[in-house]
Amino acid sequence: MMSILVGLIILLSVIVLVQILRVNELVSEVKDQDPNEITDKDNNIQGILTFSIFGVLFLGFVIWQFKYWGVHILPPASSLHGATIDTLMNFTLGVILFVFFLTQPILAWFSLKYRGRKNAVAYYYPHNNKLEIIWTVVPTLVLTPLIIYGLNVWNDITSADTSNSKVIELYAKQFNWTARYAGDDNTLGKANYKLVEGLNVLGVDMEDDTAQDDIVTREVHLVVDKPVLLKMRSQDVIHSAFLPHFRVQMNCVPGMTTQFGFTPTQTTAEMKEQEGEDFDFVLLCNKICGAAHYNMKMKFIVETQEEYDAWIASQETLKNSLTLN
Amino acid sequence: MSEHHKETFLTKYIFSLDHKMIAKQFLITGMFMGVVGMLMSILFRLQLSNPGESFAVLEFFLGEKWAPGGVLDPNIYLALVTMHGTILIFWVLTAGLTGTFANFLIPLQIGARDMASAFMNMLSYWFFFAATIVLLCSLFVESGPAAAGWTIYPPLSALPQAIPGSGLGQDLWLIAITLFVVSSLLGGLNYIVTILNMRTKGMTMSRLPLTIWALLIVAILGVLSFPVLLSCALLLIFDRSFGTSFYLSDIIINGEALHNTGGSPILFEHLFWFLGHPEVYIILLPALGIVSEVISVNSRKPIFGYKAMVGALILIAFLSFVVWGHHMFITGMDPFLGSVFTFTTLLIAIPSAVKVFNYLATLWRANIRFTPAMLFAIGFVSTFITGGLTGIILGDSALDINVHDTYFVVGHFHIVMGLSAIYGMLAGVYHWFPKMYGRMMNKKLGYFHFWVTFISAYGVFFPMHFLGLAGLPRRYYTNSAFPMFDGLSDINEIITFFAIVGGLVQLLFIFNFFYSIFKGTKATENPWGSNTLEWTTPVERIHGNWPGEIPTVERWAYDYSKPGAEEDFVPQNVPLKEGETEH
Ligand code: HEM
Ligand SMILES: [Cu+2]
Ligand SMILES: [Cu+2]
Repeated sequence: MMSILVGLIILLSVIVLVQILRVNELVSEVKDQDPNEITDKDNNIQGILTFSIFGVLFLGFVIWQFKYWGVHILPPASSLHGATIDTLMNFTLGVILFVFFLTQPILAWFSLKYRGRKNAVAYYYPHNNKLEIIWTVVPTLVLTPLIIYGLNVWNDITSADTSNSKVIELYAKQFNWTARYAGDDNTLGKANYKLVEGLNVLGVDMEDDTAQDDIVTREVHLVVDKPVLLKMRSQDVIHSAFLPHFRVQMNCVPGMTTQFGFTPTQTTAEMKEQEGEDFDFVLLCNKICGAAHYNMKMKFIVETQEEYDAWIASQETLKNSLTLN
Repeated sequence: MSEHHKETFLTKYIFSLDHKMIAKQFLITGMFMGVVGMLMSILFRLQLSNPGESFAVLEFFLGEKWAPGGVLDPNIYLALVTMHGTILIFWVLTAGLTGTFANFLIPLQIGARDMASAFMNMLSYWFFFAATIVLLCSLFVESGPAAAGWTIYPPLSALPQAIPGSGLGQDLWLIAITLFVVSSLLGGLNYIVTILNMRTKGMTMSRLPLTIWALLIVAILGVLSFPVLLSCALLLIFDRSFGTSFYLSDIIINGEALHNTGGSPILFEHLFWFLGHPEVYIILLPALGIVSEVISVNSRKPIFGYKAMVGALILIAFLSFVVWGHHMFITGMDPFLGSVFTFTTLLIAIPSAVKVFNYLATLWRANIRFTPAMLFAIGFVSTFITGGLTGIILGDSALDINVHDTYFVVGHFHIVMGLSAIYGMLAGVYHWFPKMYGRMMNKKLGYFHFWVTFISAYGVFFPMHFLGLAGLPRRYYTNSAFPMFDGLSDINEIITFFAIVGGLVQLLFIFNFFYSIFKGTKATENPWGSNTLEWTTPVERIHGNWPGEIPTVERWAYDYSKPGAEEDFVPQNVPLKEGETEH
């Protein structure tokens, strides 16, 4: 019944449209005009529309969005390198917006200014090597600092010294995260996917000496201002560890280990003060991995050394929890 | 060949060898797929703005199984996103765009009677048609169509246990893409050979219209990169069906440990993006070509800096082969490689900027005739600027850390590639419709179509940047699982509103298209006062294009408003006057 009704409505709209077009064409015929010829009037109307919509409405909309939605841009950075990324971002955004607000208005203005008239003639101007060199060189000059600055930041992030960082493993599977602390020796015990069984959800090789003090947890606690090195693995498909507040993202790929080092600079408590009681640092999955991809999360808590020490002391080592059960 | 051989309905409309008919076949198939792909995006947009709510349309199109009680199933959400991307990228903007305009314009603009191999050309369409049928069939299989994203990263795409779409649906997807690649290669080789060998007398490379330059470069890109996609897909087929481990290693799925070791999903990503990045230029370059032509004709001015335009095209095409790693900054790739890819990627901004400035210079002191095609071409310049600029953020590895795979990317590529290429395609349809069908499209509907499209398209895609900068990942069934995204629901509602408006107005375009085929006002031979050779052919379509001799070319394609000429255009086949110099 519904579909018949919908079908009828569509059919009727098509018939109405056809009739409107017929009438329009008949009227033009009576007036001895070609209904599809572009007249000076069309050029005027469309030129003015182009200016108002490209130049005023669209650019106004962009400004409006920055005004009202600008708050969403980059949640506050809570890591050392995050702050440098944000400075680079602001610089780049500045350059981009400058070029945007330079070129878009020119496009809109030219469309209005040079709208056609039947008896006007355009200016024959096929090329000008000097101009073309200028606008090859200027973008190059603008890009050079952007590239150099960007590569510097990238270099600082990826080649940071991680020898003193606390090592934590992030293990991804459909559809949850598990973490493993390396323990006092700060070395993660070996793992093999064939060893995943029962409580040993990460497949840790318990024969390995360095595995004895490893601690497996369901949330991650970090000490403020202390560097960490996250090592990622995956059990099934590609996932991606995304920590937007820390400006951290790294894929978790089955069959290999990836890593990302950073230093948190704000405690959860401080953030709650700034952002509201509901605030929490959170780890998201950012690589399509299946039905519950949208809901694959783990809490990160940044705290003081004392709080952390108390928490970690209350956690069972993997060895104990395996033998206890 | 000027004598007409006997045509039956079958040889004229179905198994046609005529490049003009094949072009229309590509166009209409592409338009059909466009409607399907667009409808999918509206269905999943409903879920994104109103998560978990029940909609009768969802139930109507997806049935009780995939939208129980009118609420979209999460697996089907991913399937819709995947098919939407696949259809728009490959079916609409690769085959639909290049297939249409390469077939239609190459012989007509270079002065040839048909393609080098008309038969191969027909095969190219029929492989595409077969691919289309297979892809559409995959929409109806029990476990649903492919759902691992259009980029089909394994292991997700390799293991049916990982997501239902990776069962039969993914097999059909891979078969469809294989047929598609064959079609592209048949077409591409033909385009290259035709352009290089069959130009009429006087049509030197430096007199080629920019449309043809763009199509030539696109064909070369396709021939070099599609085989890599094919091998990438073949290895995936092996892994899926024959137990090999190219992309698989150390996997436990559904509690079962698989035997595969030693493979690497990263290998897949390298192979995929080696095609995948050139692919986005395969989509973009024909639009650049079309827009150059449309802007020049309707500005009544030569395109500014023809040589620079060709050079920029070549440079962009070359660079597009050495930037694929910008899709993989955070895969654990060697950071030094990341730096190299950042460098090469940002370099692309230079030729792109040159193109934009040359378009602006073409509009300067022009005598702009605002046809619907011209509006879409100007719209292209706007989206090309907007989307190109956000690319500077994504191409910078350090910044990409935080926006990779978020809605910022979705906003970026829809604007720079999706919208730009769609605008280019629509500009092309409005512009060449009189040559294709001998009639004019309705101007007023065209204007209405453009303005509603332009406003709603920016309304859909610009706000997505803010979602992405807030950290919202793409390919999320809903963003209600994280309190940090609660403030974004008004943005999502605005996007969906504009998506529906923008989608509906495309139906008006399709109406205009078919109405004008049958009832449009009759076109004259050269309604836009253009210089290129296709406008010297008669309105009546004939196989062989010109009833008599093929015209010879005496000048470049851009003598508009040339001082000393009687009219504001001088077709390419008009000899230079005594003492006249070529531009
Ligand atoms: C009515 C117009 C359109 C709307 C509303 C729309 C909307 C969307 C949205 C919201 C997504 C992201 C979904 C997600 O990541 O969860 C998406 C993905 C995508 N869209 Fe569109 N889109 C439209 C037109 C186009 C066009 C013209 C293209 C052509 C390039 C295109 C190509 C893609 C691709 C390649 C993806 C990625 C698919 C994937 O993640 O596997 N779309 N679209
Ligand atoms: Cu995921
Ligand atoms: Cu790319």
